[in-house]
Amino acid sequence: MTVTLGRPAIAEPPAPDALDVVRRARRAPVRHHRRLLASLVVALAGAFAARVLLGDFTVTVPDFVRIVGGEQIPGASYIVMESKLPRAVLAVLVGVAFGVGGAIFQTTLRNPLASPDIVGISLGASAAAVSAIALAGWTGWPVSAAAVVGALAVALAVRAVAGDHGGFRLVLAGIGLAAAMQSVIQYVFTRVDEYDVQLVLRWLTGSVNGVAWQAIGLLALALAVLLPATAWVARSLRATELGDDAAAGLGVGRGRTDLLMLLGVLLVAVAVAAAGPVAFVAFLSGPIARALNRGRTTLPAAGLVGAVIVLAGDYAGAYAFADLNLPVGVVTGALGAPFLLWLLARGPLDAHRGRRAG
Amino acid sequence: MTAATPTSPHARLEASDLTLGYTDTSVVRDLDLQVPTGRITVIVGANACGKSTLLRGLARLLRPRSGSVLLDGEAIHRLPTKQVARTLGLLPQNPVAPEGVTVADLVGRGRHPHHGPFGRWTSADDEAVAEALTLTDTLGLADRVVDELSGGQRQRVWIAMALAQGTDLLLLDEPTTYLDVAHQVEMLDLLAELNARRGTTIVMVLHDLNLSARYADHLVALHTGRIVAEGSPHEVVTEDVVRTVFGLDNRVIDDPVSHTPLVVPVGRHRPRQPAPSSTVSPASQEIR
Repeated sequence: MTVTLGRPAIAEPPAPDALDVVRRARRAPVRHHRRLLASLVVALAGAFAARVLLGDFTVTVPDFVRIVGGEQIPGASYIVMESKLPRAVLAVLVGVAFGVGGAIFQTTLRNPLASPDIVGISLGASAAAVSAIALAGWTGWPVSAAAVVGALAVALAVRAVAGDHGGFRLVLAGIGLAAAMQSVIQYVFTRVDEYDVQLVLRWLTGSVNGVAWQAIGLLALALAVLLPATAWVARSLRATELGDDAAAGLGVGRGRTDLLMLLGVLLVAVAVAAAGPVAFVAFLSGPIARALNRGRTTLPAAGLVGAVIVLAGDYAGAYAFADLNLPVGVVTGALGAPFLLWLLARGPLDAHRGRRAG
Repeated sequence: MTAATPTSPHARLEASDLTLGYTDTSVVRDLDLQVPTGRITVIVGANACGKSTLLRGLARLLRPRSGSVLLDGEAIHRLPTKQVARTLGLLPQNPVAPEGVTVADLVGRGRHPHHGPFGRWTSADDEAVAEALTLTDTLGLADRVVDELSGGQRQRVWIAMALAQGTDLLLLDEPTTYLDVAHQVEMLDLLAELNARRGTTIVMVLHDLNLSARYADHLVALHTGRIVAEGSPHEVVTEDVVRTVFGLDNRVIDDPVSHTPLVVPVGRHRPRQPAPSSTVSPASQEIR
């Protein structure tokens, strides 16, 4: 009564040339990614050199080496060691932190709008930091700690309102909280005695100007812990990118995703504590890096793109207008707004990351 | 009907007094199920009968509200996730292909559970991927971007990923959704071959009752979260069971190709007078 169903012969276990095909196919994207990282490092080195050596006070390379070596050159030493170099170093650190932190959010939540600067996490860190400084009189690492607490509080609040899923609920909840945080910052400035425009701008839009080496060292230390931890945890992105169910099928639970998000919050928070919420860097870096990497997710490239953006933005802000020293956040904000409009005009944002199977 | 490997007396995957649900409703109630090892088990039922929920519970995506799912005799929720993922693979209904990802990269991600904390890609991983691509006939697509493939190709690639995971058990949630009938048959043939070649135990949720009857060794009919009938397709696919499970007036005849039960729905709308001796027209609608 029963028949055996026709089973067309299927190929025997892989022939050697099948292995070659797999190896070649796997190598191509890796190679492209490596080339991209190398080019970005070159671009970053170029931007760094320009920021430190050029501008309204030009320093030659030999002079620069002597200054960094400890030699005193009247005038030049002060400008390089107290202005140009710390600005450039801070720009790189902040750019990497925002770039990686933003890309973590956008990738994990599968939505380019769900970046920490749009959903209020940067401003949460900023509001907490500015409150700690202006109302409690804190300095040094407690300010960073306050920023971390502020960022975490906003992140948890957004998640509580939006539920587990990304999407527009999360973005809308975040935009609401961002506005609330902005008003906290503005309220704090009505409470301080000395009204300082530079200070307001730093905590509202971000600036890498006039930061002490000590604060920069603190940020470098934090990143020295956070970036390797991120590299470690982010390996699970290869599974979590496939959706929650498929990731669980590969043995990666939601815990890994939450841990990665936590690292993203911390990266953004420590960067904000040092330079303020430099507008739109976290938002811009991920999609630009992704576009350069043929649409594929890349956290390291996002970090490098972020560093280049902040360096270039700071350079432009300092020298583009003759009598005006604009904070970097104003420049990146001006860049980010059209990008946001372009992203919205381009069509449904959900389609940005991956399509459904079938 | 399928020449499966000999049945093991012991089910490696079983549900015992299992109740599953979301927030405040139970979708699956007090269910006992032993998945026959080395066989193809198909779960069928009407929409919202709990079949996908049951599969999610078996794959440990849902924590039981009571009862348990046992994998090799141990409660699956107490086992380390990676250990489970080396034994039990899952193809969910809507996996997301990351933008720009190539076929070889995607299939390689199936190797994730085999990599330890410092795990690096090894040539054993290359071999597993090559084998999975060969078995699913997708080797020629290795360097293509998944987004750009057709629906049928993409589904093969996802199955290749599940195969690269190298598990003895494979759970699939409606692997034929969105595929036309030719690709549905192709997909199920592929799974039947894997079962025959590798002895992989397969559990899947399918919509199409007739294809289920054709490919299943073990059929589980679910109605409002409970098992109504369970056994070989001949035992399960009867006019009474189909009427209970789907609420559909029907006739069951012999499938002229596979000699498994074939359900012919009786609708209210019958425009043509059936000739007394005619066989079922090939255009008879699918049971959905």
